[in-house]
Amino acid sequence: MVKLSIEHLSKRYWFEREDREVLAVSDVSLAVEDGEFLAIVGPSGCGKTTLLNIVAGLLPYEEGTVSIDGKRVDGPGVDRAVVFQHSSLLPWRTIAGNIRYGMEMQRRFDEATMHQRADHFVKMVGLNGFEKHFPNELSGGMQQRVNLARALAADPKVLLMDEPFAALDAQTREFMQAELLKIWSQDRKTVLFITHQINEAVYLADRVAVMSARPGRLKGVFKIPFGRPRTLSLKRDPQFLEIEDSIWKLIEEESQKLNMVLAEK
Amino acid sequence: MSKKKSSGRPHQSFYAKHEAVILGGLSIVLIIGVWQAFWSAGMISPLFFSSPSAIVKQFRYTLVEGTLLSDMKYSGTNFAIGFVLAVITGVVAGVLIGWYRRLRLFCDPFLNAFYATPRIAMVPLIIIWFGIGIWSKVFIVFLSAFFPVLINTVGGVRALDRDLLRAAKAYCASDWQIFKTLAIPGSVPFILTGVRQGVALGLIGMVVGEMVGSSQGVGFMVVYGGQTFNTDTLFVGMIVIAFSGIALTWLAERLERRFSRWRPER
Repeated sequence: MVKLSIEHLSKRYWFEREDREVLAVSDVSLAVEDGEFLAIVGPSGCGKTTLLNIVAGLLPYEEGTVSIDGKRVDGPGVDRAVVFQHSSLLPWRTIAGNIRYGMEMQRRFDEATMHQRADHFVKMVGLNGFEKHFPNELSGGMQQRVNLARALAADPKVLLMDEPFAALDAQTREFMQAELLKIWSQDRKTVLFITHQINEAVYLADRVAVMSARPGRLKGVFKIPFGRPRTLSLKRDPQFLEIEDSIWKLIEEESQKLNMVLAEK
Repeated sequence: MSKKKSSGRPHQSFYAKHEAVILGGLSIVLIIGVWQAFWSAGMISPLFFSSPSAIVKQFRYTLVEGTLLSDMKYSGTNFAIGFVLAVITGVVAGVLIGWYRRLRLFCDPFLNAFYATPRIAMVPLIIIWFGIGIWSKVFIVFLSAFFPVLINTVGGVRALDRDLLRAAKAYCASDWQIFKTLAIPGSVPFILTGVRQGVALGLIGMVVGEMVGSSQGVGFMVVYGGQTFNTDTLFVGMIVIAFSGIALTWLAERLERRFSRWRPER
C-alpha cells in the first residue's frame, strides 16, 4: 500500500534580485510504501530539502500533487513529524519538556498520555536519567536523539528526516545510524530520509532515490537488497560497496554534465 | 571555568582561592588610607573635599539625628514606584510591539525619538506637569527605566529563532502557541537585560529629579551639601547613591543569571 505519494511535483522559486526563475524541483514522482524506509540522496542544491519541506507542509507548491493516504498535503499535519538537521530544541525546556513539545502543539493526546509517551520515548532513545537536563548540557548526538524522540512521540504516520546526522562527527554519525535502525525496527514507520551521504542512504534505506542538481530531478531509484536487522559491518560488504559505487557514478555523471554546461557558458 | 579550577586543584593556598577579594580589598584599604593620611597632614581643604573619617562621622550623625533615613525612604519609594511601573508597562508594551508588526511600524518614529532623546531633557516639562511633589520624581524614574525595558523586550520577542519557528510550524503550532512557547520564554533574557539597564538609568532619573525640584531625598542631599559647601554631607549622599546602584545592579545581574540557566555558557 502506498503511504506517501508524490506525483509530477515541481517547485519554482522566483529570485527577486536577479529577476530570474529557478526550478528547484522538476517533475519528481515517487511513491513510498507503508512501512518503507526511503532515502533521497543528492548533491547540495538538488532540491532534496525543498522536497522534504513541501512534504512537511512547510512550503506551498503549485505543480503536481503530494498526498498521504490519498489525502492531498496542504500545510503541516499531525500525520507527519520532522526530525531536523539542527536539533531545533527549545533551549529553555528540559529534555522531557522538549520531547513533549510536538505532542503539546498537536493537541492530540491528553496530559496523562503525553506524560507516559514522553517517558517511553526518552527510554527508547536511551536518554533516561537526562529528563531534567537542558539541551545545552547534552552533546550533539544526544540532542539529535531528543529531536528524534520528539518526532516519534507525536506518533506520525510518516517520519520525515532532514539530514539529521549531517552535523555530527563521523563516529557519532555511524553510531546514530545503527541506533536509528534499531529504534525504527520497533514499529517500522514510513520514513522519508534526506541525506547527501550515499553510504548512509544505502545502509539505512529499503530504497534509495537519487536526485540531480539544477534542476532537482529524480535520476533513478535503487532497491537495496539487504535484509534486516543490519549491522554496521554491512558497510564493508562487497555488494554494499558496489551499490554505493553505482549511485556515486550516477551523481558524478550528472555533475560532469553540469561542469560542461558551465564551461560552455 | 572557576569551578573546574577549584575542583581540579583541591589543595590551593588561601591566597590563590581568594585572590580577587584580597587584591580588591587591598586596593580599597590603600586608597582610603592614603586619602586619610593626606587629610591628616592638612593637605586637603575641607571646602573642596572631605575625608573618610569625616564622612563616617557625618554618616552616623545624619543617620541618627539627621534626615538620612527619611531621605532614603523618600528616594527609595519614588524609585520603587517608578521602576515597577516601568517594568510592567515596558514588558507589556514591548511584547505587543514586538509581536504585532503593524503596531511596531506605527510606534517606531516615537520610540526612536524618545529613545534617542536624553530623558533628562524632559525634566522641566515633567515638573510643569506633575509639580514638585513625589509624582514628578516617580514619573522621571519611570520614563528613564521604561525605554531600556521596552526596547530590549521588543528585541527579545522579535529575535525568534528561525529553526525553532520551523519546528513549531511543522508540529502544527498555532500563532498563539508560538507566542506562548517561543516568543515569551525566548525573550526573558532580553527582558532581564532591559531590567538591569533600567535599574541604572532609573537611578540617574531619581537623582536628577531630586536635584532639580525637591526639598528631600538623597539627590537633594547631594545638591544641598554642595550649595552649602558641606562636602561631608555631599559625600555621604554620593556614597549612599553609589551603594544603592551597586546593590541593585548586583540583584538584577543575579536575576538575569538565574533565568538564563539554559543559555549556552559564555
